[in-house]
Amino acid sequence: MALNQSGWRPSAPQQGEGVAATHTGNKALMLEEALIFEIGDEHTTGVDFAPGDVAGSRLGNLTRKSPIGLPGLSEPETVRHYTRLSRQNYAIDLGLFPLGSCTMKHNPRLNERMARLPGFADIHPLQPVDTVQGALGVINELAVWLIKLTGMHGVAMSPKAGAHGELCGILCIKAALEKRGEGHRKVVLVPESAHGTNPATAAFAGFTVEDIPATAEGRVDTEALEARLGPDVAAVMITNPNTCGLFERDLKRISDAVHAAGGYVYCDGANFNAIVGKVRPGDLGVDAMHINLHKTFSTPHGGGGPGSGPVVLSEALSPFGPLPFTERYADGHITLVEEESVDDRHPDSFGRMTAFHGQMGMFTRALTYILSHGADGLKQVAEDAVLNANYILRSLADTLDAPFAGSGPCMHEAIFSDAGLAAGFSTIDIAKALIDEGFHPMTMYFPLVVHGAMLVEPTETESKAGLDQFIGALRSVAERAKAGDASLKTAPHFAPRSRLDETLAARKPVLVWKEPAPVAEAAE
Amino acid sequence: MRYLPLTGHDRTDMLATIDAPHIDALFVDVPEEARLDGPIHGLPLHASEMAVERHMTRLARQNTVAGEVPFFLGAGAYRHHVPASVDHLIQRGEFLTAYTPYQPEIAQGTLQMLFEFQTQVARMLGTDVANASMYDGSTACWEAIGMARRITKRGKAILSGGLHPHYVSVAKTMAKYTGDQLETALPTLSADTDLDALIAAIDDDTSCVVVQYPDILGRIADLRPLADAAHAKKALLIAVVTEPVAMGAIVSPGEMDADIVVGEGQSIGVGLQFGGPYVGLFGCKDKYVRQMPGRLCGETKDADGRRGFVLTLSTREQHIRREKATSNICTNSGLCALAFSIHMTLLGEAGLRRLAGINHAAACRAADRLAKVPGVTLVNDSFFNEFTLDLGREARPIVRALADQGVLAGVSLGRLYPGADALANGLIVAVTETSSDDDVEALATALEAALA
Amino acid sequence: MPRYFTEDHEWIDVDGDVGTVGISDYAQQQLGDIVFVDVPAAGRRFAKGDEAATVESVKAASDVYCPVAGTVVEGNAALEDEPALVNSDPEGEGWFFKLTLADTGDLEDLMDETAYEAFVAKL
Repeated sequence: MALNQSGWRPSAPQQGEGVAATHTGNKALMLEEALIFEIGDEHTTGVDFAPGDVAGSRLGNLTRKSPIGLPGLSEPETVRHYTRLSRQNYAIDLGLFPLGSCTMKHNPRLNERMARLPGFADIHPLQPVDTVQGALGVINELAVWLIKLTGMHGVAMSPKAGAHGELCGILCIKAALEKRGEGHRKVVLVPESAHGTNPATAAFAGFTVEDIPATAEGRVDTEALEARLGPDVAAVMITNPNTCGLFERDLKRISDAVHAAGGYVYCDGANFNAIVGKVRPGDLGVDAMHINLHKTFSTPHGGGGPGSGPVVLSEALSPFGPLPFTERYADGHITLVEEESVDDRHPDSFGRMTAFHGQMGMFTRALTYILSHGADGLKQVAEDAVLNANYILRSLADTLDAPFAGSGPCMHEAIFSDAGLAAGFSTIDIAKALIDEGFHPMTMYFPLVVHGAMLVEPTETESKAGLDQFIGALRSVAERAKAGDASLKTAPHFAPRSRLDETLAARKPVLVWKEPAPVAEAAE
Repeated sequence: MRYLPLTGHDRTDMLATIDAPHIDALFVDVPEEARLDGPIHGLPLHASEMAVERHMTRLARQNTVAGEVPFFLGAGAYRHHVPASVDHLIQRGEFLTAYTPYQPEIAQGTLQMLFEFQTQVARMLGTDVANASMYDGSTACWEAIGMARRITKRGKAILSGGLHPHYVSVAKTMAKYTGDQLETALPTLSADTDLDALIAAIDDDTSCVVVQYPDILGRIADLRPLADAAHAKKALLIAVVTEPVAMGAIVSPGEMDADIVVGEGQSIGVGLQFGGPYVGLFGCKDKYVRQMPGRLCGETKDADGRRGFVLTLSTREQHIRREKATSNICTNSGLCALAFSIHMTLLGEAGLRRLAGINHAAACRAADRLAKVPGVTLVNDSFFNEFTLDLGREARPIVRALADQGVLAGVSLGRLYPGADALANGLIVAVTETSSDDDVEALATALEAALA
Repeated sequence: MPRYFTEDHEWIDVDGDVGTVGISDYAQQQLGDIVFVDVPAAGRRFAKGDEAATVESVKAASDVYCPVAGTVVEGNAALEDEPALVNSDPEGEGWFFKLTLADTGDLEDLMDETAYEAFVAKL
């Protein structure tokens, strides 16, 4: 025969025996990437400029002479650098992201396309208002939606994120109290299960924070709260649905009591996703509530912002809202109320919280999302979010301790605790093992009222099949933790990095890159 | 509905699994009288992707797009060309749809990027360290004033008249509630900044002096005497940079011994976006790092000894410190920081220096041309890519009239300082690499006609 | 030299009218790896129970209360570079500050070592 020996001869893959470390540190598709300071240099640029003179020096004798120290990369290197980095991230596009109280839902790409229309992306905030009627129209249209969805009276659109919105609401309350001559009300009551931003915000505005206890079933202790009300209480800050994933049944009663005692009700709207279209906070007596557009209304989290935190306000608080805001005339023309017209139009405003008009790029995305869903779709959002959470709660209640399972259905998130795990095993071990299973961990150790809390929020954008996979993974990990599987203590094993030394990072903070000291040449 | 994967069949199955007769059984804790029985009245129902796109496009068309007309607005937001790869990279789902990197093992991409961003920002501002971003320049400026109070344990801040009036407004709003005392002033329509007056005003109660560089009218002043004067009284110098491209052409505030330097990073990578989202830059001297607000990313090692990054010094933050936190900031501006960092990496030192040179040269040419328009005087001796013209009559109506002719002439001081008659004739004109000589000619011609 | 403890886990050694203050081994164990300690400067005066120092682990910040009234004569500068001393030697090299006591009567309601051990055993 003529034996043709050219070419590659495939054979069945063999089992490897002990994998050696690679030369590069890469593991096939898992690619290591150096810092730009290690791969770039000060002479490289990835941008071409038109030729032309760069003469002229009217820089007030402050012309830069020394280098700044900024490395550049060519365009191909830049694209590769950031693409490689991106692959070391988990993301909602990759899988279920069960972070309780963070509402990691699908981010529709239509939102992105609309925000990039030049008519929104390429306009300046100080253009004459006649040249930006469409942009003001977006702000106005979104404002109307938020008011109607919450049953409130007005909305402040400019806050830059949820915590900024909280501050806005608290400042409205402070301004309203001062207008009434009751600036002496100094106490803000905050449930112990609250987000950390609540007490931080109240303290910033000069209030004294007092904790309200929770009942054994995970809700605010209404009687304790009512007993504490009095002439020194400015406001109550409540999260509803609360951080234990439960609806505060008594909110209307609490609001009535707070109002009767001369205070205001601030509602943390971080969890609005569970109730949008099902109940309106305005009907429960809320005076102010921020809405995280990056939670309920699907604008992307972007690895930590930008967010957007409009605040809906009751009739009592609306006159105190910040500048600027839009006003639509009967003829359809929209104007901006800024410092100039504030005395005539909005004399009680507490002032400006940020330059310009707020997170326009988030408004276009949120409005796009809202219009896509419509009133019927948003109601379905809340129903599916709550259904998915209850499905997880009931499917895992036989494996994990669910401290409030007896308190009725949960809302958009299911809470579990580390009770029943083998000695020495805790929530963190389950969380890190979930990483190896291909999931982002749930929120850990929050709220503080549950020992070793695991807060799971699937959101409405998960399919039943996706939920079943997650339930299977969490069940498997929980069973290993109950059996004392020591390998959990060193998880994750398959992520780009194993557990990181946070103590080292905090003891000797290295916050910027520094050129390594040159290695001294060996003597002799 | 396209964003909801559950089918009717799934819902029925799942309700059966959890032993609920119908969906409203899950909402029993909502008081019955408050429960809505159907979609909220008076709001439209769901719509197709095409229908939504049509609606939004119609609204977008009602705006005058900066890139389509001669355009000269600045005053805290600048139009620069952003390379296409920036927008492509920030839309990678692993960046766009990631959460704050609290699980570092699966967030090294965001964390390494933040570490690089912090280093780029610190070097640009001339500070030892920088944080992982703030909401925007105006809120970063206020946070710096609060930080100076914590460091010096004094409550009086002196704000330069050259500080952006919106930044001043934000500080005034916040100071009402923290009890800080602010000394503020209006700028004057002249070539001189108020540095000497600021130096004279510093006393033993002063926590900080806040000065913008280049300032709201575009003027550039040497900050070293101000830093020395502040330090002599144990007060801090806070410098505010609203146009970071300028750092490619002039000495940075940190190099002039400013203690805290904050900035608006919008100009690099982010775009105009009608005012937001933007990205606040925040840098300071090493010794003040534990009083800094906002998130910080730091280098460390993993269990196998490999380099990695984590969010660190988080005991400063609200989720640990609660009412004792340095700030209530939580979400910041991560994706805009990424856009800034990518654009900065594409530019590099060479590109930033060249970009800054092009901007300054274009501004010099424009200033010379516009100063030839009868009745127009150039206010500045010094400027980078933005300067102020005295039109000899109220600028605001002229800006409106020129907008009607399709020329976006700049920002009138009347818009920024309503009621300040001494400033009403001022027009701030920004000229970047995106403004052509033809654009400048169009502005000059239109101005000449309007002033005739 | 007598050593006293508070229910908030501070200890104080008293030598004449000068006391040395730190946090107990039990407290150190509860906090985990200490990453930062903020000690008061010489000359600061505290009433009994005032917040005098801060101690931080990776995920928690805790205030240290002054067990007696007095004026600080020295903060432990070594902790600035080596906060881990609080973990390795909490009741020795990891001391926080020394102060002159305003009133030795403040010591009366503090616990001695035996009483503190019994107190901790019940936690």
